[in-house]
Amino acid sequence: MKIYLYIILMAVTTYLIRMLPLVLFQKPIRSGFIKSFLYYVPYTCLTVMTIPAIFTSTASVISATVGFIVAVILGYYRKSLPVVAAFACLAVFITERIM
Amino acid sequence: MDRKDFVEGAKDSVAIVVGYFSVSFTFGIVAAQAGLSPFLATLMSLTNVTSAGQFAGLNLIIAQSSYLEMFLTQLVINLRYGLMSLSLSQHLDKKATTGKRLLIAFANTDEIFAVSVVKPHKVSPSYMAGLEIFPILSWALGTFFGAVANNLLPAAVSSALGIALYGMFVAIVMPVARSHKSVAIAVILAACLSLAFHYVPGLKAISSGFTIIICTIAASALAAWLFPVPEDDGGDAA
Repeated sequence: MKIYLYIILMAVTTYLIRMLPLVLFQKPIRSGFIKSFLYYVPYTCLTVMTIPAIFTSTASVISATVGFIVAVILGYYRKSLPVVAAFACLAVFITERIM
Repeated sequence: MDRKDFVEGAKDSVAIVVGYFSVSFTFGIVAAQAGLSPFLATLMSLTNVTSAGQFAGLNLIIAQSSYLEMFLTQLVINLRYGLMSLSLSQHLDKKATTGKRLLIAFANTDEIFAVSVVKPHKVSPSYMAGLEIFPILSWALGTFFGAVANNLLPAAVSSALGIALYGMFVAIVMPVARSHKSVAIAVILAACLSLAFHYVPGLKAISSGFTIIICTIAASALAAWLFPVPEDDGGDAA
């Protein structure tokens, strides 16, 4: 039974964190600083989650680095999300076969 | 329900669906090895829809930790979602009533947030429904198959798939950093802070959940102070 309580507790906590700001802050924010702050949040947050975690996301740092470089180059040339993700995976796969 | 928006959301979710399957497959394997039945593992994925939180939760379940510890760990690891929801809240269109926001909140994951908030226009509840439903199913199904199969995916393939979600993040950040110098600087700041929190003694003792929150707030606040976004570009034109 305890396991169900754990899972319910996890789910409720996670949901409340996601739900409260969405429901409580529905009006447009006027503050220039906060608007600017929220404008940067997606990019800084994704970067923090990517670096350095991406380098340990595969079987070796070398293959991950190759995958990272491939993703950065394709991203720079504005390739779509699935394309960038697929080629990063392919680069990792090929690198690990060569190694 | 606006069918066109729903389809657009569903199309935008393809990369997430693929990425989630491989990650949740891994989670299913780990959960099965921790002693959870495929049913329980799938139930956890279906009700939580979060990777870091579930992996951490699994560790606490194995350790038979207290409920308070479980609550605090989930709070810290998932607090970043609060920040994302605050940002996403400003990017939902007028059709997003409180009732619909209650549903949209359920699967505001890192990836769903990333894809929806960088759309050039405000997004509708129908779009969010299309964007969220298939990743949720993929997350649950991947967990189920992982728990059942418990190690059938060849190691070489799972290693290569491990980079998929990060590749997606890079694909979101790079084009904007290329055309907006302020974003490029904000991103470099964020990367440097994150590296410091992972490798500098003392700082690296801080949990990964807090690290994400602290670095995101610090880099965004500094960027907002250095490069205020012009009113017509404010928030939405991200």
